[in-house]
Amino acid sequence: MSLIEITRRQLLKALGGGFLVAVLPAWAIARLQRGQQAPQTVDAWLHISATGEVTVLTGKVEVGQNARTSVTQAVAEELRVAASSVKVVMGDTDLVPFDRGTFGSQTTPQMIPQIRRAAATMREALVDMAAERLSVARSSLVAADGVVTGCGGSLTYGELAAGAKITKAIPREVALTPVSDWKVMGTAVAKVGAYEMVNGAHKFASDMMVEGMLWAKVLRSPSIGAKIGTVDVSKAQAMVGVRVVRDGEFVAVAAPSLRLATAARDAITAEWVETSKVSTGDLPKLFAVPSTERVRYTCAYIAHAPLEPRAALAVWAGDKITVHTGTSRPFGVRTEVATALGIPEEKVRVIVPDTGSGYGGKHYGDAAVEAARISKAVGSPVKIVWTREEEFKFAYCRPGGVIDVDAKVEDGELQSWSHVNYNSGGAGLETPYRVAQKSERFQQFASPIRQGSYRALASTFNNFARESHMNALAREAKMDLLDFRLANLGDERMIAVLNACAEKFGWRTYSVEDGHGIGIACGTEKGSYVATAAEIAVKDNEIKVLRAVTAYECGKVLNPALLQLQIGGAVLQGLGGALWEAVEYKDGRCETSAFSSYRVPRYSDSPVLETVVLDRPDLPPAGAGETPIIAIAPAINGALFQAIGSQRNSLPLRLGLLP
Amino acid sequence: MGALTKLRVNGAVRETDAPEGTSLLEVLRNDLDLTGTKYGGGEGMCGACTVLLDGVAVRSCITPISAVGDGAVETIEGCEIDNHLSVVQQAFADQGAMQCGYCVPGMVMSATALLRKNPKATDKEIIEHMDGNVCRCCGYPQMLKAIKSALGAGQ
Repeated sequence: MSLIEITRRQLLKALGGGFLVAVLPAWAIARLQRGQQAPQTVDAWLHISATGEVTVLTGKVEVGQNARTSVTQAVAEELRVAASSVKVVMGDTDLVPFDRGTFGSQTTPQMIPQIRRAAATMREALVDMAAERLSVARSSLVAADGVVTGCGGSLTYGELAAGAKITKAIPREVALTPVSDWKVMGTAVAKVGAYEMVNGAHKFASDMMVEGMLWAKVLRSPSIGAKIGTVDVSKAQAMVGVRVVRDGEFVAVAAPSLRLATAARDAITAEWVETSKVSTGDLPKLFAVPSTERVRYTCAYIAHAPLEPRAALAVWAGDKITVHTGTSRPFGVRTEVATALGIPEEKVRVIVPDTGSGYGGKHYGDAAVEAARISKAVGSPVKIVWTREEEFKFAYCRPGGVIDVDAKVEDGELQSWSHVNYNSGGAGLETPYRVAQKSERFQQFASPIRQGSYRALASTFNNFARESHMNALAREAKMDLLDFRLANLGDERMIAVLNACAEKFGWRTYSVEDGHGIGIACGTEKGSYVATAAEIAVKDNEIKVLRAVTAYECGKVLNPALLQLQIGGAVLQGLGGALWEAVEYKDGRCETSAFSSYRVPRYSDSPVLETVVLDRPDLPPAGAGETPIIAIAPAINGALFQAIGSQRNSLPLRLGLLP
Repeated sequence: MGALTKLRVNGAVRETDAPEGTSLLEVLRNDLDLTGTKYGGGEGMCGACTVLLDGVAVRSCITPISAVGDGAVETIEGCEIDNHLSVVQQAFADQGAMQCGYCVPGMVMSATALLRKNPKATDKEIIEHMDGNVCRCCGYPQMLKAIKSALGAGQ
């Protein structure tokens, strides 16, 4: 019996029977179709119970990007059931098949097509079963609204599922519902779970509590790499109800209330050996980048600052631990917890409730590992919720970076292009512009400041440097920002988006007041295309974005309403990184500790925001949660030329500094 | 055990043995299991913890329970009555004014206070009133739409 078959039987038992279908990756289906051995990989499971409930089990998670809703839509569409009758179990490592994680805008292009195939296969199999049970030709049967109906009668999916005896993969090629026939996909299905969000009933990981649970606090180091010299935990230990956990550099307390745990942690005195001299004041120096004749752009380290901080509830029971936590990588966190505790992965269950955002910032299990270590040590359930200060100081940042650019233009056309990125990353490194001679390179660096993934990764900075440079080149060539771009683009999708943006904005005929400016920029990443035009006003060294128009194309649109939210949210979030956000270090100490010292976009910062979506039914859908963030900063930068005569070469754009 | 403090929360009298300097947020969430009210920063800068105290929006993370006295506390859990969402909750649901949803309870409470105080608020007044509430997913335009529709419906 194959691994899949064993899992399938266990799962069926757990689900109380019914009809279970494996969602296979595309390459696995191809192998099956070639008559090769059944693969051992399952992307997700689809299940119909004897009462007709449809359940999807997937390792993807919901962090606000609405993967839960798009999975629901895909299943509802192909199975011909109402979206409201589909339940999606996400990110529970004991129930769902392995998944690398929810990142890189991969749910839409990778998972959704396979779920559709599996749901369509399931639907056709249900029709087969009905034809047999009703003894009629399958061509006379129609599957709709959870029922297979024909002239000989009808059977509900539940009735069919109750008798399902299919025990092997179904390799048949099935036709997916064509875009023109979509009834659920491509429509504005409301966010699944919205009700529990507005009435406060949804339990985020940070909301979870169980009987006998202790609150924990971890002793934090004052600077990067600081080591504990001496530590005195006697006062904390003397507090009634407090447990102290010490394991090398890891010192923590657990207590029946958060206030007691906090008091106990504060009662610990420690002397630290501090060595780090890391400062963010001079990024080229930090990355030891040699000086250059080229134009140099810099980008600050920034925080994701998800409103729900890292949190975990860990429940150690016997030899097994269950950890509830918010992360985009439940299986990655399972490995982290197992490693930290020195137990097999089978003894770790990670459950991810829909999470209070991440933007790429919750890939690891920091709080999960801490809570698990303490829970195992004290033998009680333990909960940890990071404070905002811990978030700023100990969560990983979007990498800071330096980019050096050199380019040559003749008669308004790019002749050569050189772009070197130090530390920030390789995403979005390649120029979308036509240029005969180009060199584009990313140089890795062992960042002393903890860094990691972020919405759209490095493409925000790569695009900022590239597009800002295009602004400067256009000025030198005495060309309009839009014309210069169009003159150097060949990619039809990019051109269409740029033109749509300019048209909606009214670029050609815009009347610009004194002290105001307009800019436009574009970019492509992860298979989708974006352009943003912005009008800004500058007053007292403050940039105010008055209006921003974003055109976006991500192939066929899966949910227009939720797409609008992603576009608007990305553009506005990008405003923070463009204008204010920076995590600052001095002598190894993080100087950013609160929202009062880290400005993020608010209601009053929202410009008049307009979007144009170019729906392309002829193209497969691309993930849309990231790319719309990459064009706002260079658009604002370009507008600075008109507003104050020069643009800036750093993110965030700081007007108090010389250009 | 310390002395008991009585709090009027969502129309019921609740007791806690938390010291009087404890934040209302901590008591609501950890002692009374009213976890709809969220922690965001602990310094009154993000609005995730917004509740109503005698009808006025306050940041429960910087409000010690000693300052509550016998004031009426309303939380997100008190907005829905007999499975009927409040006007503001309904507007947020109808407009799909959320992404991850974590900031929504605080947003709803702030907007509820505005609806009661100034149901004819202009866009500028709404933005001013709501500016202390952060949505890190930056769903502001949709939320503004929801609040405006709630104000319209409430009249």
